[in-house]
Amino acid sequence: MTTRIFVPCDTTALAMGADAVAAEIARQAKTRGAQVEIIRNGSRGLFWLEPLVEVETAAGRIGFGPVDVEDVSALVEAGLFEGAGEHPLALGLVEEIPFLKNQQRLTFARSGITDPVSVEDYLALDGFRGLEKALQLSGQQIVDEIKASGLRGRGGAAFPTGIKWQTVLNAPAEQKYIVCNADEGDSGTFADRMVMECDPYMLIEGMAIAGLAVDATQGYIYLRSEYPVAHRLMNMAIERAYAAGYLGDNLMGSGRRFDLEVRLGAGAYICGEETSLLESLEGKRGLVRAKPPLPAIVGLFGQPTVVNNVLSLAAVPFIMHKGGETYASYGMGRSLGTLPMQLAGNVKQGGLIELAFGATLRQLMEDFGGGTFSGRPLRSVQVGGPLGAYLPESQWDTPLDYESFAAVGAVLGHGGVVMFDDTVDMGEQARFSMEFCVVESCGKCTPCRIGSTRGVEVIDRIRANENREANLELLADLCETMVDGSLCAMGGMTPFPVQSVMKYFPEDLQR
Amino acid sequence: MSGLPQWTPELIQAEIDALKHKPGALLPILHAIQDKFGYVPTEAVPQIGDALNQTRTEIHGVISFYHHFRTSEPGSHTLQICRAEACQSMGSRALEAHAKASLNVDYHGTTADREITLEPVYCLGNCACAPSVRIGNDIHGRVSPEKFDRLVSRLTTRALELK
Repeated sequence: MTTRIFVPCDTTALAMGADAVAAEIARQAKTRGAQVEIIRNGSRGLFWLEPLVEVETAAGRIGFGPVDVEDVSALVEAGLFEGAGEHPLALGLVEEIPFLKNQQRLTFARSGITDPVSVEDYLALDGFRGLEKALQLSGQQIVDEIKASGLRGRGGAAFPTGIKWQTVLNAPAEQKYIVCNADEGDSGTFADRMVMECDPYMLIEGMAIAGLAVDATQGYIYLRSEYPVAHRLMNMAIERAYAAGYLGDNLMGSGRRFDLEVRLGAGAYICGEETSLLESLEGKRGLVRAKPPLPAIVGLFGQPTVVNNVLSLAAVPFIMHKGGETYASYGMGRSLGTLPMQLAGNVKQGGLIELAFGATLRQLMEDFGGGTFSGRPLRSVQVGGPLGAYLPESQWDTPLDYESFAAVGAVLGHGGVVMFDDTVDMGEQARFSMEFCVVESCGKCTPCRIGSTRGVEVIDRIRANENREANLELLADLCETMVDGSLCAMGGMTPFPVQSVMKYFPEDLQR
Repeated sequence: MSGLPQWTPELIQAEIDALKHKPGALLPILHAIQDKFGYVPTEAVPQIGDALNQTRTEIHGVISFYHHFRTSEPGSHTLQICRAEACQSMGSRALEAHAKASLNVDYHGTTADREITLEPVYCLGNCACAPSVRIGNDIHGRVSPEKFDRLVSRLTTRALELK
């Protein structure tokens, strides 16, 4: 009998040596004459366990991890090919690992279970059921279903997705577009990457449904060039989706059309801002556009365009298949559904955690994360990427929903959580926020372009103890000017982490 | 040096002609040229401009806007170190200092033997196993200074072929 062994192929598994592990397992199987099929699955998002090798048994999939290539021999000796769990790296049934078991995975239900580029695997687990249903509905009915789900943009701005789609549906035009923002530039985030590397057909399906909803026949995925693995897998999936009739001029035999292409960014953080992204797609410098007009009315090549984050579009197949009401039954207040959070930085058990809105930050970091990687006390947490505030311990009980975070002057953003232990110098972190803006500002508006450079200088003077009080006042003024006077969130939010350091970690600016 | 073909105007033109019909073709063209030759030669700018009916200024403006595109030949390997926050929390500042000192180059520089070009990068999406480094299309996680040295020596050591 052939034993099925799973070795993940996402960026993190590969970065931790999964290819070498897979090759060594194959070699050992061959020398021993064992009947083994190695499947390169996506990742479960339990990243501290990567490479997480799984063996299929009658009882379910048994995990071993993190497996180094040096461990393979001993694992095989201990009965890896028979699914025997007697080894220090044995984790038991993967689905029973608390980190995974305690999640509410809707969007990431298939992640790590399937071979990401296998259409058959996708179909076996509800794949393309949402598209099938959407093909029987009118555009307005699809939009109504999305509205009922309460889905809000997962890129960070949390704008209601249904309203955006309605605007594009209502805008008359010869050609409309669906643009997927896959320029996931926030440090501490990898959920978009996981969708594209571990379940790419879900994104394809979501975009095709969006196309049907607003009557757009062309889609683009704007993918950052820092994601070579996602690029390879996404293109492979698109090619197979065309071959199987889930893209192209006859979607599932319906006669409806949707074409999809991946376009690579080129290392510009600002292109994650939707208007800058559109400029870049048009082949220009990624300068931010003034709004209005909204991209929903005047978007790509001047046409009505839906611009949605990967996670927003990835939530769509579930909503169409199971119904907007089902999705809305998760969450709290005006934050409905689930939010894939990403636990990163100095964390013992980092990875992807999809939960209904409402858990607290502390639960995430302690119950799931298990504290810091270094074992030292946790001191500061940056939530929502490089433009998000640093949270001190007094704010760690904040529930994870858009409104609660806004109430403490923080943002959930794209759900990235970066933990720092007590060796962190928050003055240095404040300086980096400004420095990052110097490097990544598009340069269109003055507060962002010049303000960030002056910000670095002023923070340097404060840290060098030059005229401290006056410079702190100057920094406070500068932050206010950037917040109020910048054209987009780059300049408008760069001060958030700086202000949070001034407010909650002032001692680090007094060293 | 890098094992990539030397560019010629004809080869550049072939890359342009394969993509110029696409809507918003400029970035795909620049990617194709850099993927093939390792960089976008300055001489390619007027060729691209002619094909897209744009000025040299416009093409140059786009090339210089994006960190990814380069206009001079890199070393045999491009090595990027992530400078973003998740990696900072796991010691990337020390890693950066170690890399610069051991390779004896600053960012955007190429080692004296033309083997390695060092670049900063802001997030590789491997934030739960930081710090991260990218070499070519391979990403490496939990890169300590020792692991960094091993990765570099693998790049610069070549097995002798005995026939």
